[in-house]
Amino acid sequence: MSVETYTPRAFHRQAHDALGNPQIRGNFRKAMDGLMAKRRDVFSDWDLETLRELGANIRLRALAKLPNLLEQLEANCEANGIRVHWAEDGEEACRIIRELCESHGAKSVIKGKSMVSEEMHLNAHLEAAGIEALESDLGEYLVQLNEQTPSHIIMPAIHLNTDEISDIMHEKTGTERTRDVDYMTAAARAQLRERFMNADVGVSGVNFAVAETGTLCLVENEGNGRMTTTVPPVHIAVTGIEKVVEHLRDVPPLYALLTRSATGQHVTTYFNMISGPRKAGQHDGPREVHLVLVDSGRSRIYQDNELLDTLRCIRCGACMNHCPVYTRVGGHSYGTTYPGPIGSILMPHMLGLEETKDLPTASSLCGACGEVCPVKIPIPDLLVRLRREAVGEGRGNVPGAGVKRTKKEVAAWKTWQWLATHPSAWRGSLLMAGKLRALTPSRLGPWTQYRTALKPAKRSLHALVKAHRREGEDES
Amino acid sequence: MTPVKLYPPKSDKVYFFGTCLVDTFYPEAGLDGIRLLEREGIEVLYPEDQTCCGQPAYTSGYQSEARAVAAAQLRLFPEPWPIIVPSGSCGGMMRTHYPQLFSGSEQEVLAGEVASRVYELTEYLVHVCQLRLEDRGQPEKVVMHTSCSARREMGLGETGPMLLARLGQVELVEQERAAECCGFGGTFAVRHPEVSAAMVEDKTLAIEATGAGHFVTSDCGCLMNINGRFDHQNKAVKGEHIASYLWRRTS
Repeated sequence: MSVETYTPRAFHRQAHDALGNPQIRGNFRKAMDGLMAKRRDVFSDWDLETLRELGANIRLRALAKLPNLLEQLEANCEANGIRVHWAEDGEEACRIIRELCESHGAKSVIKGKSMVSEEMHLNAHLEAAGIEALESDLGEYLVQLNEQTPSHIIMPAIHLNTDEISDIMHEKTGTERTRDVDYMTAAARAQLRERFMNADVGVSGVNFAVAETGTLCLVENEGNGRMTTTVPPVHIAVTGIEKVVEHLRDVPPLYALLTRSATGQHVTTYFNMISGPRKAGQHDGPREVHLVLVDSGRSRIYQDNELLDTLRCIRCGACMNHCPVYTRVGGHSYGTTYPGPIGSILMPHMLGLEETKDLPTASSLCGACGEVCPVKIPIPDLLVRLRREAVGEGRGNVPGAGVKRTKKEVAAWKTWQWLATHPSAWRGSLLMAGKLRALTPSRLGPWTQYRTALKPAKRSLHALVKAHRREGEDES
Repeated sequence: MTPVKLYPPKSDKVYFFGTCLVDTFYPEAGLDGIRLLEREGIEVLYPEDQTCCGQPAYTSGYQSEARAVAAAQLRLFPEPWPIIVPSGSCGGMMRTHYPQLFSGSEQEVLAGEVASRVYELTEYLVHVCQLRLEDRGQPEKVVMHTSCSARREMGLGETGPMLLARLGQVELVEQERAAECCGFGGTFAVRHPEVSAAMVEDKTLAIEATGAGHFVTSDCGCLMNINGRFDHQNKAVKGEHIASYLWRRTS
């Protein structure tokens, strides 16, 4: 299977292609406008700022106690009969899941939506071992049929419109070409239903892992999450170590924030609380439940008191929906599992700054992401922090720190610094700029490709203020 | 929750920090800002040694260079007077990021103290001067583009429109997606020119679609970007800094 590949290194080229594709532009603009409006409406009668404050504090408290909460989670999960596994990176997590599958002779895995499984490329790993992994979330299913990766963390197929989906389903599954969404949904449902019944293992993600009760919460709309976690004889949940919360009572505020921020829903159709395998005398549910907790750079992020805020994220995608850059270039342009603002502050830790060096700068720092983040992650500040790391002026604890530092750029900033700290030289240069304004080139690289170049004013504000003062003295 | 800012009574004297963009490209906007303040009976001091707030280096990640330049500005405001900045972007840098930039350094206290005295121009005119305006211009429609830093970093989404609403002959019309970024973002426009261009393209279309021939903004970065795009396409729509617009219509 030739999966369409995007890489963060090629951000500029991928963004260029997306910007020139009216279909992509239209699909994203329409979808993001809709999501923004829904979020605005659904929060209209809430004290949103108080709720965000609460959400942020719940996440901050959980992170402050993270090592202890993880131990507590493990103990309570084990007590509930959920086997807990620890993976230092995606590769180890893939190996754990593959070995669990192999130990049951599994040939077929059905998957609920899990971005962590995307992050570690689980499907490719299982396929290489001869185990078929089928996505059961409708968007993920379509993306998989189309041999792509998700372009949004909540709505994986948001880059496709109805016609494209109809074509994909027709070509890959033989359904009729149609614009009838209900027909297509019913067809996909029928196709998946059989696979659920025959799957040997179900793999799902986790939205909140509750330490005090050892409960795994799973938020979804389609029921595929419930099927994945209850029909196959073995359920493996996989998630990042940051997803733990302390108390069961922490869940409702986060859930309230999550569904409203993500899709503008008051509640989702399904909210699953998984608290162990089938017990004696019960008629359904998996015989085994496993939880794989993945680090993949998260504990390194955790060591830094600023970067730590990245781990508050509850994966709602609101930062993407509100990002003017994401809206225009779409999710694939970023070339990373997590696109958009959250991806730009998370992926450098996972892939290194060399690979992702164009992502922290792919933001006008307009602040829309930080404004809507349900747990108040200071995303713009973290983007700036990563820019510092990239040019070697940070704390050096992000992989690839300093990779963007060039002698040329350092020299330019040093010159600027010298001028801006020598006021008479600054004024002199403004005077020269004003006198020589006729010589200002009319083409200034990328700026003038789309805009007219601006000439320095004949006289600077420094000069105008001086003249203004003289006028004032003359009058008095 | 955003803390409610308590505004002091109007000061007899204020400092004016013009910003490097105004100094270089839009000096008239700076002077018009000074004139508006002076008309309110305020003595405006313009420290001659001011250069740049340091933001270009700060947002590019060049922290030590930004700090050196910011430190030079910190010394320019020795008296306890308000510091008025005709830009939400530079104002946001000084108010929000100066304390972070100097946190743990010898200048920490000074930076915090200076930051607490920083006001964006329209903020000061509305909330402190309680500015009244007598409109002498012809009736016209105008669009306001509030910069993202004024709107989000400084929480001043309303001050510009409030001032425009005080012009009797002016009808303020809102463009579609008014709160969306124009795509300037300082070095963003240079590092990601195509994305930035797509953003400013949409912004100019939205402004044009209102039918107003004129727009105002409180930030010269946005102005340079949006006007540059209109000019490039030989469009008649023109923008100016809100200080110039207010002064032009009331003087």
